[in-house]
Amino acid sequence: MWQELSTELGPRGLEVVTVALDTGGVEAARPWIEAAKPEHPSLIDRAHVVDELFGIVNVPSGVWIDEEGTIVRPPETAYPARPNYGDQEIPPAASTREAAEIAEVRKLRTEAEAYVSALRDWVEHGARSRFVLPPEEVLRRSRPRPPEEAEAAARFELGQHLHRLGRAEDAVRHFQVAYRLQPENWTYKRQAWDLLGPHQSPLAVYGGDWLTDVRKVGAENYYPPLDL
Amino acid sequence: MILETLTVDPAELERRTGWQIKPQGACKGERCVPLPTAAGGRVDARLLAERLGMPLVGDEPSGLWCLGPEAGGRALADVQAPDLELPDIRGQAFRLRSLRGRKVLLVAWASW
Repeated sequence: MWQELSTELGPRGLEVVTVALDTGGVEAARPWIEAAKPEHPSLIDRAHVVDELFGIVNVPSGVWIDEEGTIVRPPETAYPARPNYGDQEIPPAASTREAAEIAEVRKLRTEAEAYVSALRDWVEHGARSRFVLPPEEVLRRSRPRPPEEAEAAARFELGQHLHRLGRAEDAVRHFQVAYRLQPENWTYKRQAWDLLGPHQSPLAVYGGDWLTDVRKVGAENYYPPLDL
Repeated sequence: MILETLTVDPAELERRTGWQIKPQGACKGERCVPLPTAAGGRVDARLLAERLGMPLVGDEPSGLWCLGPEAGGRALADVQAPDLELPDIRGQAFRLRSLRGRKVLLVAWASW
C-alpha cells in the first residue's frame, strides 16, 4: 500500500516503515506484505508494543519522526491513497448484515489526499514545513493516559500473550476487561474479535462487533478529522 | 511487560519504558524516584507499580503478571522517538534508531 509513496519519496529522504499490529505474527501479516512487495522495512508487532508506546488506537496510523529522532507529528489517520472500500458497491447477493457493513464502511473519512500532500510538503521543506508541529503541540495532541487506559494496555498485553501460549479462554477474560476500560481502542477490539474461534461471536463474547460499535460512535467518527 | 515473577529485569524495564535503574532509584530524564534494589539486581514489581503509577495485573491460572504503562500523563511523555526494536518479516531484528539522519514515516496497520 505504501510502496508507491516510498518509491517516490525515498530518494528525497523519507523512509517508510510499516508495522503490522498482529498477534498472529508473520503468518497473519504475510499475505498482505507479499502482495504489497514492499522494499521498505516491514515490521511485525505481535504484542502491539507500538500501540502502547505511541498511543495508537486505530489503523492505519502514521507518526512522523525527523532526522534527529524527534516526533514531529503524533499518531493520526494515515492513508496513502483513497481505499477501494470507499467506492465498494453492495453486491445483489449480499446479506442484510453485509450490506449494512458496506454502507458504514463507505461513510468512513480517510482524507488520503490531504495527508499525502502534507507528507510531500514535509519531505520537501523539512523543519520549515507548516505541517511540522512544535514539541509542546506534539505532546498536547498525544493521547491522554488515564489509569483505566493504562490498565487496558496491561490487560491487552497479558491477553495476547496468553493467547499465544494457547490459553485462549484466559486471554478472553483480559481482553474483556481491556474492552470495557477503553472501548474506543479499535486496535484492541478488532484484534480480540479476530482471535475468536470460527463459532464464537464478538457480540456474544465481548458485547460488541464492528457494525454495532461503529454505529454507536457514528462512521464519520471512526477516523477523527485530520488536524493538519 | 510480561512477568513470570513479581520482579522486573532493569534492562527490560529500560527497553520498554525508558526508566533506568540507578543507585538513586528509577530515573527517566531529570526525574528520579527512590527505589530499593532487590537481590540479584531485579526490582520489586509491586513497588515499581506503586511508585511509578503503573498498573500491575495478574492472571491466576497461568501465574503470569503484566506491568503496564504509567498512568496519568500522555502516551507520549517526550518527543524523542522511543528506541523501538521489532522483527521484520524474515525475523531479523530492526531498530528504528538505525534510520537516524532520514525522515521516517512510521505506519501502523493490521491484517485483521
